[in-house]
Amino acid sequence: MRFLALIAVIITGIILIYGSVDMPDWGDPHSPASLHVSPRYIEKTMEETATPNMVTSVLADYRGYDTLGETTVIFTAGISCILILRERKRRKKRKINPKNPTNHV
Amino acid sequence: MTRVTDDIIIRAVARVIMPFIQIYALYVIMHGHHSPGGGFQGGVILGASFILYLITHGLEDAKKRMSELKAGLFSSFGLLIYSGIGLLCLIMGSNYLDYGRLSTLLKVIPAQARSLGILGVEIGVGIAVMAVMFSIFFDISTGGVVPEDEQELETGDE
Repeated sequence: MRFLALIAVIITGIILIYGSVDMPDWGDPHSPASLHVSPRYIEKTMEETATPNMVTSVLADYRGYDTLGETTVIFTAGISCILILRERKRRKKRKINPKNPTNHV
Repeated sequence: MTRVTDDIIIRAVARVIMPFIQIYALYVIMHGHHSPGGGFQGGVILGASFILYLITHGLEDAKKRMSELKAGLFSSFGLLIYSGIGLLCLIMGSNYLDYGRLSTLLKVIPAQARSLGILGVEIGVGIAVMAVMFSIFFDISTGGVVPEDEQELETGDE
């Protein structure tokens, strides 16, 4: 079973490396992202959103869905911590030392 | 870990520093339009100020300022602000989170409405991040046991 998992990981890695060969070079001016997406944001940000910081306008306006998802991820992390760690009901029955009430382990 | 520290210097310094941390956090949130920053960063700084209070003044005092219930409510509230602004755009007749149409509601030009929409969203993110940071620290530092129960137990035993 472990051997099978290793083979699956290696094959997935090979596919990913093979896929990354086709990606444009870092900072390539002829890549699709640099050709029409970036110039659009750079030219129209002030005109469309009146926000000098391009990062903010892309983060919260052009890519608003993405940021909503990020916030949901953080919210989910908080909720998970509450669900996993908090035990309000179960501890009610337990007796504790009145002289040292904060010693709870 | 969550007990009150005996060191008066630490408590006094924390008390002095906290308002400045909070003002700086609000500045980072509000100034995200013009400089590096925004809801996530400002929210973390704001949460750090509450965590500082919890570390230096102990759970009992910290719960008066920001209880675990309030933190939970604030984190949902922040997310609600975000999605509510998106829904408002939907009601106004444009796409979800397309703030341009809020211009009729806010009585400004669409570009300005987008800027204000971004600000509203950042405030929502800031509130949610602040509350979640505090909530996670609260849960980890107490091990999930809320001191209210202990007090009930204590009086019940006597």
